[in-house]
Amino acid sequence: MGVVSTASPVTADPDLVTEGITLVDTPWVTVVWNDPVNLMSYVTFVFQKYFGYSKKKAEKLMLEVHQDGKSVVSSGSREEMERDVQAMHEYGLWATLSKSE
Amino acid sequence: MAGFVRHRRSKHIIATLSGFEADLLRSLAAQLIELLHNEAAIPTESADPLERLFADFSGPTTLPEDPVLARLFPDAYGADEVDAAAEFRRFTESTLRDGKSRAAATIIDTLEEAGLPTEPTEEELTIDVEMDGPTAEVWMRALTDLRLALGTRLEVEEGDEDYWYSLPDDDPRGQAHHIYEWLGYLQETLIHALTA
Repeated sequence: MGVVSTASPVTADPDLVTEGITLVDTPWVTVVWNDPVNLMSYVTFVFQKYFGYSKKKAEKLMLEVHQDGKSVVSSGSREEMERDVQAMHEYGLWATLSKSE
Repeated sequence: MAGFVRHRRSKHIIATLSGFEADLLRSLAAQLIELLHNEAAIPTESADPLERLFADFSGPTTLPEDPVLARLFPDAYGADEVDAAAEFRRFTESTLRDGKSRAAATIIDTLEEAGLPTEPTEEELTIDVEMDGPTAEVWMRALTDLRLALGTRLEVEEGDEDYWYSLPDDDPRGQAHHIYEWLGYLQETLIHALTA
């Protein structure tokens, strides 16, 4: 995951910035994995319905799942990601949560 | 064979199914419910009596053995997080099972409320299904579970259509795959009816 920082890496004191960076980052992600059964239209529908994503964004994520085998569909706290994964399983999508890299 | 459409005025989702199709859907939904309750959602293999005792009060902690159940209730964490996956499963799998079972039961209820008799005998029987948006979404989840169950049993893979079409007409696996494709067609028309 990318981190937003205005400090230049050359001049920044690592002791001062590392703590803050960990806090603004969102450390957990929900990953949806490709499967041969679920329809592309259904996966798109679920992303729109559950996450409230636009059709364009939902289709982009669906295509990532389809073509790359997986896609990060949401990020946040561990508790939030557990809720998202449970919801994906309710919809029959194959999802896991993990620490963001 | 016709799929789902949205009624222009009422916005309800409607479909006309033959008696045979409606009876088949009911039978598949009933089989799924049976499967969901069949393999006990507790670790029966555990030799530890204390673990079995606690399992009764919470939920299972390991991936189900049946491949269909394993697909419906996958691990929520990767293979390197066994403890977290077990803990998550303990608190969620029973709820998930109940939800999927209720969704499949909704299919049966809708069909029977639309007039599907217990033993359909009349050859020309048609069942006019009509449901509101929320019920249609429950159907959509249940159809997904039915397709996941059938697809997992048949071990379908992406792009394997040629294999299925090469099977002789009387091959039971080929016939089951035909039903699987029909469920996909119903699902596709249902999504289209809900989003168009």
